[in-house]
Amino acid sequence: MKTGIFLCECGGNISNTIDLENVKEHLNDEDEKVIVKIHGNMCSGAGQKLLIDEAKKHGLDKIVVSACSPHFHEKTFRGAMKKAGLNPYNLEIANLREHCSWIHKDIPKVATEKAKEIVDAAKAKAELDYALEEKMMKLGNEVLVIGGGIAGIQTSLDLADSGKNVTLIEKQPTLGGKMAILTKTFPTEDCAACIISPKMAAVIDHPNITLHTNTEIQDIAGHRLHFEAKVIKHPRYIKDSINMDQCLICNKCREVCPVSQPNYWEQGIMNREAIYIPAPHAIPYKYLIDAETCLHFVDGSCNKCAEVCPQNVIDFGQKAEELNIAVDAVVVATGFDIFDAKRKPVFGYGKYENVVTSLEMERIVDHIVEKDPPRKVGKRVAFVQCVGSRDKQIGNEYCSRVCCMYSIKLASLLKQAKPEIDIYIFYTDIRAFGKGYEEYYKRSQEMGIKFIRGKPSHFTEVKETKQVILTVEDTLSRDIIETEFDLVVLANGLELSKSSDIVADSLKLAKSDDGFFKEAHPKYKPVDTLVEGVFLSGTAQGPKDIPDTVAQASAAAARVMATLAQKEFALDPVLAFVNSDICDGCEKCLDNCPPKAISMNNEGKAEINEALCLGCGSCITSCPLEAIDLNYYTNKQIYAEIEASLHLKKENEKRILVFADNNTTYRLIDACGVRKMKYTNYARVLRVPSVSRISPNLIEFAFAKGADAVFLGDSPAKGSHFEWANKTTQNNIKTVLNKFKKLKIDSDRLIFSQFTAADLMKFINEINQVAEKIDKLKSIPEDIKKQLFPKEK
Amino acid sequence: MKIPYFPGCTLKTTAKNFEISAIASAKKIGIDFIELDRWNCCGVVSSLTSDDLMKHLAPVRNFLRVQEMNKQGIVENENRMVTLCSMCYNTLSLSNKRMKENADDLQKVNDFMHREEENYKGDVDVVHFLSILDEYGFDKLAQKVTKPLKDLKVASYYGCTLLRPKSVGIDDTEDPKILENFVKALGADAIDWDAKSRCCGSYHTVNNVDIVYRLVQGIVDDAKKNGADAIITSCPLCAFNLDVRQSEIKDKNPDYQTLPIYYFTQLMGLALEIDKQDLGLEFNKIEPEKLLKKLNLLS
Amino acid sequence: MAIKVKFKDKNDDFYKKIVELSGEQVALCDQCGTCSGGCPFIEEMDINPSEIMRKVMLGQKEVMDSRTMWICASCFTCTVRCPRELDVSKVSEALRQVKLRTAIDEISIADISKEEAKKLPTIAVVGNFRKFTG
Repeated sequence: MKTGIFLCECGGNISNTIDLENVKEHLNDEDEKVIVKIHGNMCSGAGQKLLIDEAKKHGLDKIVVSACSPHFHEKTFRGAMKKAGLNPYNLEIANLREHCSWIHKDIPKVATEKAKEIVDAAKAKAELDYALEEKMMKLGNEVLVIGGGIAGIQTSLDLADSGKNVTLIEKQPTLGGKMAILTKTFPTEDCAACIISPKMAAVIDHPNITLHTNTEIQDIAGHRLHFEAKVIKHPRYIKDSINMDQCLICNKCREVCPVSQPNYWEQGIMNREAIYIPAPHAIPYKYLIDAETCLHFVDGSCNKCAEVCPQNVIDFGQKAEELNIAVDAVVVATGFDIFDAKRKPVFGYGKYENVVTSLEMERIVDHIVEKDPPRKVGKRVAFVQCVGSRDKQIGNEYCSRVCCMYSIKLASLLKQAKPEIDIYIFYTDIRAFGKGYEEYYKRSQEMGIKFIRGKPSHFTEVKETKQVILTVEDTLSRDIIETEFDLVVLANGLELSKSSDIVADSLKLAKSDDGFFKEAHPKYKPVDTLVEGVFLSGTAQGPKDIPDTVAQASAAAARVMATLAQKEFALDPVLAFVNSDICDGCEKCLDNCPPKAISMNNEGKAEINEALCLGCGSCITSCPLEAIDLNYYTNKQIYAEIEASLHLKKENEKRILVFADNNTTYRLIDACGVRKMKYTNYARVLRVPSVSRISPNLIEFAFAKGADAVFLGDSPAKGSHFEWANKTTQNNIKTVLNKFKKLKIDSDRLIFSQFTAADLMKFINEINQVAEKIDKLKSIPEDIKKQLFPKEK
Repeated sequence: MKIPYFPGCTLKTTAKNFEISAIASAKKIGIDFIELDRWNCCGVVSSLTSDDLMKHLAPVRNFLRVQEMNKQGIVENENRMVTLCSMCYNTLSLSNKRMKENADDLQKVNDFMHREEENYKGDVDVVHFLSILDEYGFDKLAQKVTKPLKDLKVASYYGCTLLRPKSVGIDDTEDPKILENFVKALGADAIDWDAKSRCCGSYHTVNNVDIVYRLVQGIVDDAKKNGADAIITSCPLCAFNLDVRQSEIKDKNPDYQTLPIYYFTQLMGLALEIDKQDLGLEFNKIEPEKLLKKLNLLS
Repeated sequence: MAIKVKFKDKNDDFYKKIVELSGEQVALCDQCGTCSGGCPFIEEMDINPSEIMRKVMLGQKEVMDSRTMWICASCFTCTVRCPRELDVSKVSEALRQVKLRTAIDEISIADISKEEAKKLPTIAVVGNFRKFTG
């Protein structure tokens, strides 16, 4: 085996501080297993050519490039490796610029000594590198869309039109979501049902869409463009077939049904039977039986519908169906719930009959022009804004964005239908931000709707008339208004739908502070999530109106198309693997793999599903036999790196071994270097995918080999790449600290800290504090070190 | 169960009926109130400014007594200190909260009290008797009732200090249920009304009694409108305003229909059939017995 | 007649003093009026609580001449309803303290008749003096 080591001067950035000739001398050995070259700019074409030429000339197997951070040029040098006919995973980068020359400018001698150890560690690891193949994973055409409201419908149609196969899941028995409940839309006042109905019909007619209504998600496994969803399709209790025995919608069943229940699509202002078609514009337009209220299910006392059905399609024995759906991408369009106003008891919702929600008002207004509307509104109506929005007391500090406009819309429609009604809108701020919204607001004022700037403090009810008294300050005149209203309409805010939780939990989707799903980046990745292959559509990401929802739904579809258009993608080979000769099938690793990539094979041995493994390495410490290991970061390699990082330590010197997770801490330390922020020269930084990969054995080995402290830095638990990993790390630390206690080793020597990308000062402060602490501590005695790590590797 | 008990000033004077009915009723269900051997005024109203640490000394000194009682074995591992007066409950709780959440303040207060044998450690919990009853279980209390208060329609008056601010409230600030559950456990009817937590005017009764007249009348009217026969309270100042000031409204306006005011513990005693003299009804200003006799609850 | 307000450095001093004493970020007030609408004492006040918050933010010391801060009885109704979780009771207390710390009391024991003094419960008198004297 021959290793080539290329020392980059980086145009002086490295060589002005570090004496590279000295480093070269240190590296040269007699039997010429190592070739060392110095070059001004390794990343340049000339530098790469040098690498390729030397590799060919000397028949090099392994390459170490000592230069800047791997996050800058690892890819460049891997490319050069390929050109030289070498496997790109036989490359190691010694990060001399960010981790040494830039931060230790003022101590060049120390920096040069440190550089030797950094290069030695890279060399030690490189010698144990082995060829890894990037497997190409095929991308299919299958997309799961969760939620059949306007967002899910739009995304599904766009995807289906582009040739993707869409499975659309809706938990309600009809498509349409909240939009199907609305009367008209602002600011154009066109009928919501008229806009959404053709789209709903297009879904059911589309050859590329498989629609499952009355269906709920139970679990979704997987990530990274490979998902398996388990869904449960609830029975409608109506036989469904294309044969002649299908339901003819003759309605005889409904006519004999004795049950009367509030109809959800009328928001309870009208009732329905237990056997019903959800709404006049329901898609699919089919009957179903509500088993919760149907007397046949409640107490077996009724069979009437089955008796009268001429087609004999009623089937009380129908069972729920479980379906497994494998897809390449998932779009979450789970939508919103309106704020439950019962959480604000001062407004008396649920207690005072004339306090209604905005959705109830949609239905009331929709029926208002009828001769005998199901719900009358009286002579004086109040709209109360910001119910469940912009209110810290109930935990929602955000603005729900649509309430101002829908209240103006409902008030305008009401005023147009019944000009004699006095309408007041109580608001704190009117936010009419969209196209044509401000003009619509002004038109409502022209109609005579009065806007009063004040938030009612509480309501009371007049016992006899059931009118509601609002007590509110008109903050512009400072008068206190205390007046009876015949109807009070709450402007309920929007919250992430409760049914989203199962999706959030199974896909491990992060939520933002407002409780809605968090986008990968608020500016340039607004429909992606942090989970590759999962996209957001509509209000699941945050409150928005219909135009914004539709625009975002199409954006989500476009992102899915762009992703799947790659046809295949290269799987990073840095994945866990099982040495099946050692594995005894204890199954302990299974619990330590949240992505569920480990399973037991026929021979009772653990097996890694490469499509699911994310390469965090958390599983490694759960294996008592060290049968699981991680490509490119094997146990052997890390032992070698540790030893090499400490091997030049002199008696009066100190070392802090820093294990930094690749995603956050390592980049953060790079950023400190880029800004030339000085910190202790005791630090030796080793890169790992996640510090959960560092087992207690490795930590103990580091101390045995002379580390004075071990510093583990990882991403924060919440919302990070490997959010489960910190738990493993904490357990690992506990194990080591227990041993420390027995051996009377100071627990300050082992630090675990979590960082976000911006925590530069936090890192500097913490690492310097550790340095100060170990300066005060006596070295760990040799016999204690031996007890700490008795086995010799 | 033995529990350290902080009476507060008013329970030894104008609210004697509150104390004696509470102690006798608690005893009946197996709860012994052990009065702190030395206690001092809590300060009545909590200081709300950030720099007024001295005003928290008085409350904290009482917590030291609870610490001592545990040390001396008078009570066993009982870090709770029960109060009856809602105002004491509020003031003591707010001070305690500040001490528990702010180590610097606790340190300073302990430094001020250097003559005390021990430092306050911050582990005493101030609890109101109603919370003790809630924990005891209103179902269980209902089983102990020997004379259900049948047909008595009770308006439960929380006032301010049992519920607000949120951090020390014993129940939901806007939709409390604890007194109603208590009333139901006694076999009485708990009416629903709007004024249950509206301020009675508090200390304005000293020099701005007109405010109190207006507020008290509003509260009593709301109770009457909702069909109440009586109002119960757990605050001696509310009780004074509702009872004494209400009777003065009647003095000025003879047609005014008054409602009797009871401490919640007086109704509890009645339902548990404690000695009549322990009910202390003679301290109530608005005739308390007529209603109870009419409903055959008192002979 | 409209008042002309001119901002000077000392306007902010008054604002800062109240913020420090009360511990409340008065500038967070959204002027929604929830405090005023729910205040049981609003009929006795000459300036609404929301307006007090506004004037403090603008550093208008004239707010000290208002009766409102003395009428506020710290019932905390506004505190538990304020959508910004501001504690208006604490702002009232801070304003009272600014006045009381200049050694001007709002009440003296002589103001209470003997007959009343006999009748009044201890907590009424102590509570009153804690709020109205320095």
